[in-house]
Amino acid sequence: MKEIEKPEKGNQIIEEAAQAEYKYGFVTDIETEVIPKGLDEDVVRRISALKGEPEWLLEFRLKAYRHWLTLKAPTWGHVHVPEIDYQDISYYAAPRHKKEGEAKEIDPELKKTFDKLGIPLEEQMRLSGMAVDAVMDSVSVKTTYRERLAELGVIFCSISEAVKDYPDLVRKYLGKVVPYTDNFYAALNSAVFSDGSFVYIPKGVRCPMELSTYFRINAAQTGQFERTLIVADDDAYVSYLEGCTAPMRDENQLHAAIVEIVVEDRAEVKYSTVQNWYPGDKDGKGGIYNLVTKRGLCRGDHSKLSWTQVETGSAITWKYPSCVLMGDHSVGEFYSVALTNNWQEADTGTKMIHLGKHSTSTIVSKGISAGHSQNSYRGMVKIAPKATGCRNFTQCDSLLLSDTSGAHTFPVIEVGNDTSVVEHEATTSKINEDQIFYCNQRGISTEDAVGLIVNGYAKEVMAKLPMEFAVEAQKLLSVSLEGAVG
Amino acid sequence: MLVIKDLQASIEEKQILKGINLTVKPGEVHAIMGPNGSGKSTLSAVLTGNPAYTVTGGSVEFYGKDLLALSPEDRAHEGLFLSFQYPVEIPGVSMVNFMRTALNEKRKYFGQEPLSAADFLKIMREKRTIVQLDNKLASRAVNEGFSGGEKKRNEIFQMAMLEPKLSILDETDSGLDIDALRIVANGVNTLKSKDNATIVITHYQRLLDYIKPDFVHVLYKGRIVMSAGPELALELEEKGYDWIKEQVDSQQ
Repeated sequence: MKEIEKPEKGNQIIEEAAQAEYKYGFVTDIETEVIPKGLDEDVVRRISALKGEPEWLLEFRLKAYRHWLTLKAPTWGHVHVPEIDYQDISYYAAPRHKKEGEAKEIDPELKKTFDKLGIPLEEQMRLSGMAVDAVMDSVSVKTTYRERLAELGVIFCSISEAVKDYPDLVRKYLGKVVPYTDNFYAALNSAVFSDGSFVYIPKGVRCPMELSTYFRINAAQTGQFERTLIVADDDAYVSYLEGCTAPMRDENQLHAAIVEIVVEDRAEVKYSTVQNWYPGDKDGKGGIYNLVTKRGLCRGDHSKLSWTQVETGSAITWKYPSCVLMGDHSVGEFYSVALTNNWQEADTGTKMIHLGKHSTSTIVSKGISAGHSQNSYRGMVKIAPKATGCRNFTQCDSLLLSDTSGAHTFPVIEVGNDTSVVEHEATTSKINEDQIFYCNQRGISTEDAVGLIVNGYAKEVMAKLPMEFAVEAQKLLSVSLEGAVG
Repeated sequence: MLVIKDLQASIEEKQILKGINLTVKPGEVHAIMGPNGSGKSTLSAVLTGNPAYTVTGGSVEFYGKDLLALSPEDRAHEGLFLSFQYPVEIPGVSMVNFMRTALNEKRKYFGQEPLSAADFLKIMREKRTIVQLDNKLASRAVNEGFSGGEKKRNEIFQMAMLEPKLSILDETDSGLDIDALRIVANGVNTLKSKDNATIVITHYQRLLDYIKPDFVHVLYKGRIVMSAGPELALELEEKGYDWIKEQVDSQQ
């Protein structure tokens, strides 16, 4: 059989795919406390006051804000972030508690929202076996299993609560991995961050359940600036999951988060993300700008940090979950599937900075582009002169599902000594009519065939996700694509 | 079961099939032979609904249904199977997952419940022995890294799994050594019954030593120009196609 390209048919299938519904696009009708739009020192002070923060944290915010004023938004990404009017955004939105003083009682409307999203907030739902911190707009709504985890000495709460209850720990680690001077969005986040999760696993403790934070943007014309801090002390282990959704709106909304992770001697942290922010409609209208700084410091010898991400949402994604491999024999991993459809743009990848001797890193990146989307892998592997005997393996694959989408790779490799080994493999392929027809002939519809082929392509990464998440993520890949071939 | 009347088809404006007539009944084996470029593979592609080809005339009935009106996957569900000349590789998709999806889609089509994993694996174990496919191959990705012979055996394995009513073997003998040819032919013969039929597309007599045809047709310039019993294949082996070409060309 001859290989024949049929662009017209491809376009038609993509159009059908574009009509696949974003099923998390609803808005919760709930009373929300929003501070007026705009950003200045008073707004920063007000956020800090609303949260009843200590003086040192306000100082941290103000320093970050003043530094942010001196910065310009980065333009090196292969994405088109339009000029954002930072005075036209509200920096704090909180679902209002109906009964003052009974903050522990969760609003039924909120509970309904998270039920709809499939997030168990009731501790009775033990079957799910997952501890959840739910963040709506700027505040943490509810953290489950907190008491049970506390028996093991595991701290899992919102970062606002952590500031009050464990100020020394927060102060010791906040901003140490991602300083506010790091980049434009990190400075902005440091000035106005609202809430997020805090995790501390004490020495020698293996956290017995998956910890999970679920981020939800609800209010209109607000930004979400959450901040997550995870610390695994010596010999500790934790697996942490992060999920996100937002309503469908015509406007673009800004999400500029920071995740900081510290991994001490022989400790291990597994961080998994299924990012499904609203991607905008089929004409590229609306959607979330997902501009995020995620970094982990493998400070201890034999420490290990593993990032796994499945990115299907957001109009624009700009994020590079990275590892600073400071400890000798430390291990960094990055497994990523980034799928873009319609007019989405993703520029994502990782940095592996080898400072410790015999540190190793693995990068597996799978990009999938459909529609008119642009999908870029950007990565850096840097081995310091003194970091002898290091290894890196990078595999970077792109799969094109349409003639109108783009796949790009921007790898940087710097090796400072001659005892380290770096490998880089890259492939680009296009889903072809022959594969689809082969499936069709065996009785598999085009839609199922694309799902099968894409999931097969992403399998290596999907296998790294915790079981429950993997099933969810597989469905998400199929839904985000429905038949997008060309 | 299959009635092809005056079937005409083109690819990119180029007319390939110019009026094919063929009737296949249950229990029969038909061989379609012919020189390169005569339209043999096009016929299999058109029957199975490859979207690269456009039907420009004629009709095909399959068990009384208008075959050409069905989607490729529904044609498969109705019992049409193609053993591809060049089986396609699908990286990362295991044969288990692939076949299970295919089988369950077919069951869904007939309103049946999906097979349990245990039942499915049992069927898979049984069927793979027909073409001596080992367990390792069955759990690898679809055709990925398979040798030419393994790919063809894998096609017949899929045929065994899907239990089609009509199988089209498109040059299944190409690229096979004699041992693989024997295994493949054996598999096809094992699956043969009075209720199903096979169309064997081939250049050579060799395969027909193993899969005995009831009828041999010669396809030339998009038409079936000669039909006879199995003795025709032997004659072609001996004399080649030139005498038929001359005969046809002089009539035009």
